Amino acid sequence: MTRLRELASTIRSKNAGVDHVTFDVIFRDRANFERVRDSGALARDRVATLFGVSEERISHHTVFEPANAIKFTIRRLRPSGTPGETDVFGSQQYAPLFDVMVP
Amino acid sequence: MTVKTILCPTGHLSFTPLEKDSFLHGCTLRPDYVIADAGSCDMGPRPLGADQHVSLEAWQRQDLEVMLVESRRLGAPMVIGSASDTGTDRGVDQFVRLIREISAQHRLAPFRLAAIYSEQSIDSLRQRLRAGARIEGLDGRPDADQGVLERTTRAVAVMNAEPIRAALRAGADVVIAGRSSDCAIFAAPLLEAGFSPAVSYYTGKLMECASFCAEPYMGKESILGRIAGETVEVTAMHPGQRCTPASLASHSMYERTNPFREYVAGGYVDMTNCRYEQVAEKTTRASGQTFVPSPTCKVKLEGAGLVGQRRLAVVGIRDPHTIALIDKAIEWARGKLVERFGPSGSNYQVFYHLYGRNAVMKDLDAKPELAPHELGIVIETVHRDGRMAEEICALATRNLFYARLPETKGTAGAAALMSDEILVGEPGYEWTLNHTIEVRDPMELFRTRLFNVAAGRIEEAA
Repeated sequence: MTRLRELASTIRSKNAGVDHVTFDVIFRDRANFERVRDSGALARDRVATLFGVSEERISHHTVFEPANAIKFTIRRLRPSGTPGETDVFGSQQYAPLFDVMVP
Repeated sequence: MTVKTILCPTGHLSFTPLEKDSFLHGCTLRPDYVIADAGSCDMGPRPLGADQHVSLEAWQRQDLEVMLVESRRLGAPMVIGSASDTGTDRGVDQFVRLIREISAQHRLAPFRLAAIYSEQSIDSLRQRLRAGARIEGLDGRPDADQGVLERTTRAVAVMNAEPIRAALRAGADVVIAGRSSDCAIFAAPLLEAGFSPAVSYYTGKLMECASFCAEPYMGKESILGRIAGETVEVTAMHPGQRCTPASLASHSMYERTNPFREYVAGGYVDMTNCRYEQVAEKTTRASGQTFVPSPTCKVKLEGAGLVGQRRLAVVGIRDPHTIALIDKAIEWARGKLVERFGPSGSNYQVFYHLYGRNAVMKDLDAKPELAPHELGIVIETVHRDGRMAEEICALATRNLFYARLPETKGTAGAAALMSDEILVGEPGYEWTLNHTIEVRDPMELFRTRLFNVAAGRIEEAA
């Protein structure tokens, strides 16, 4: 088992419009990408559990082969920048991905 | 075969100042166009709602100055989208003024300026709705009704390429556009030069964030796009950066839910079969995009509405017993608020942001830190009346200080006040409109004014 942060070259989150935060996990190394893709470690249900959300809040989940990337998007409970919100750019939501264990 | 080149120095003009060296290097390659976007909805709803720019005017002037002086020297049309962060009429007028002042300062030869306005009065939207128009929700939002418009303070429509094309056709050397799609400001001159919608919009998608599509990570550095036939070659202008297949492909998925499609008002670019090849040390070629037109033209609307006045306070907690019981302490403080002001919700809101536990991620934090060494708490209150927001914030904070917790040993205050003061926050806004509206003519929501600028004087063109 290896931690995702040791396999991926980019792990980031960012607004995708005002109602969603999108997550990109990108691999420089094709073999690492295929290993994570095929392991299911970032499958929709695993991601839902990791972030403690229902699967229907994950509005998109896709493998983006041209960039050796896995990408998913979570609907915000309230739009970015509404009073009570604390990450207006959605740029610090990715940390739990670091320690995902990949077989 | 037509070949055109575009120089883009920044992904958000003046959010921080652009880096001059890589831009000036790009200018030595004699680009056909100089293009940058100056706004976004990334900063939240307040700039639009309050109609304020978040970039400092000194930086805006500096960035526009270097772009204007160089583009006029090259004779290359310059296009700026989403003027002054919001793309509201205020933003367009401000940038027009800056262009005039800079032209005077540098004694620039006469040129033609187009200002394109995209702000929508709430009244005009109400009328369209009454006339039967559908204001269709994006991203799973319900359609907008009169109630949503009632809550909207200010709204803009996001222009596609057509109004910018028309301005260029009318001879504009400089285009200052209100809120515009990032893609459109790049696509407009390419479409006007005869390129296909597919390569024109795709170029916009690849180039809109300037050096973010290159590696290693650097902001505010220039990139040069060379468009030939159905291919785009993007080159990093900073000596330490390269455009690689990986950097371009990973940028094409940035800030979007669907990495295969880029939507514009009249259709979408399909990037499913895009290919990326390294053609030189710092250059990658992209191709394979197609354009899928839609049967109707839907223009995006963005709107922000005032929620209320905000007040803030900062406290810290070090006692591990209090940290362990922080939920109870907050419950106590909230109870005191209910006693005095009634239940929170429609008339007031109070938020305890627990930095050290889960303030950054809130509901997305499945494993909050329950026993941090220290806990920093920002208390945020919202009320339509600022004095009430202040009173609620003061009580929400001091009742944390006086929280009654079982078995506490620290009986002289349960929280450290960073300073016993209530900070005045900017008013709170919310995104009320993230919608589209169907139009017959892609120009109909936008208004263009043409000016002749000469010796620092500006006159509406006949």
